[in-house]
Amino acid sequence: MIRLSIPVRQALAKLTLPVLIAAAFGLMLLGKADALLAERARMALADALAPIYGALSAPIAHVHAVVEEGQQVLTLYEDNKRLREENERLRRWQSVALGLDAENAQLKANLRWIPEPTPNYVTARVVADAGGVYARAVLLSLGPNHSVVKGQIALDDRGLVGRVTELGSRSARVLLLTDINSRIPVTLENSRARSILVGTNGARPRLLHWPEGVQPAEGERVMTSAEAGAFPAGLPVGVVHYSANNVPEVEPFARLDRLEVVRLFDYGLRGLISPEAGARVAEPRKR
Amino acid sequence: MDDRFPGIRPRPSLWRRLDRSARLSFPATLTALLLLACALPLGIAGQAELQAAVAVICVFFWSTFRPASMPPPVVFLVGLLCDLLGYAPPGVGVLTLLLMHGMALRWRRFLVRQGFLVVWLAFSALACGAAALGWALTSLLTFRLLPPGPGMFQAALAIGMYPALAVPLAGAHQTLAEPEHA
Repeated sequence: MIRLSIPVRQALAKLTLPVLIAAAFGLMLLGKADALLAERARMALADALAPIYGALSAPIAHVHAVVEEGQQVLTLYEDNKRLREENERLRRWQSVALGLDAENAQLKANLRWIPEPTPNYVTARVVADAGGVYARAVLLSLGPNHSVVKGQIALDDRGLVGRVTELGSRSARVLLLTDINSRIPVTLENSRARSILVGTNGARPRLLHWPEGVQPAEGERVMTSAEAGAFPAGLPVGVVHYSANNVPEVEPFARLDRLEVVRLFDYGLRGLISPEAGARVAEPRKR
Repeated sequence: MDDRFPGIRPRPSLWRRLDRSARLSFPATLTALLLLACALPLGIAGQAELQAAVAVICVFFWSTFRPASMPPPVVFLVGLLCDLLGYAPPGVGVLTLLLMHGMALRWRRFLVRQGFLVVWLAFSALACGAAALGWALTSLLTFRLLPPGPGMFQAALAIGMYPALAVPLAGAHQTLAEPEHA
């Protein structure tokens, strides 16, 4: 270590803060000029942390399960009653569904319908909350030799979750459909009208730009649309719900606040590049 | 710290020096670990705001009461970790925390002589400023007027959580982080 005289050392100590504040401004400019650099740094950190988070997420999930079980014991009687009624209702629907399935198969056979290919998928565990104050995303832990690519579609057991936007060697970041940068082409089920689902960072994304003469109905189901080639048609997204300000919002089917495991589907769609949180992308990237 | 009691002393042993440096680096290490823990999928609502609040509280507390253990370069690194974990545009957390550190340093001569309530009040003002600055800078860097709700929530959370976090930190300040105890 270099020995400095006390006044020099004091002067240096006084200078550190202003120099670092200037460096912070420099960092902002650098992050703006080269969005890829920040993304690489983030994914390097995520890759380093993913195994630790992966090891810790199992006990956390266990604690969650125990708490949930404890709550369920308290409502056992009501749950049982409700489930019996629901089962009764679903059994009726099952017979209807089986009939429709048979009819559908018959009609498709008559029409020489080209079957859609079954997509490949991998299942991954959500190990960390990769969002921030102004971003909504989750971090997935993947094996070292995974085949996940950017733009793959994430679903949980109920519905659409989001898309893979950033990829590391053993982790991936999924931008949730509630993020402010998320734009998803959707179809309203009853009117078949196209619309855009816009994230707001809140729990419920908003509907935007539906055609004239059509009004999204309360309780209407919303599905993805194949428009622009970013999503396959017909993935369940949520139901329309009007907010207090009479703005049509969508209540997602997916349980975005308690994601544990998601499936990443590869539909082979490369129509749109996924939006980047906090950064705009002008040119397509190679990976 | 040794200058307070002048005199000739034997050179401290290796363990003694290790202990001393561990105590000196305790605040920075604890802050980093808390930030990492806040990224776990705990299933708490507002976890991202919690992370930002924890960073602000830790930097303010240690800058005020033990600035030797929270020098500007450490604040810079804590801010960088915040930005990377919180997916904010890089530099926003760094600048916010550095300004917080600067203000805390400027006020500390006055603050360390005051009671808890005055310190809390000063922190409240700084936390509001930090949240507002974070919101403004993120909006500016993403070219988009972001909803101010999360920022306000972050400030409220930081102010509300300050007593809960400051009490154990004050305990650690007297015991674990005290190099004189080495």
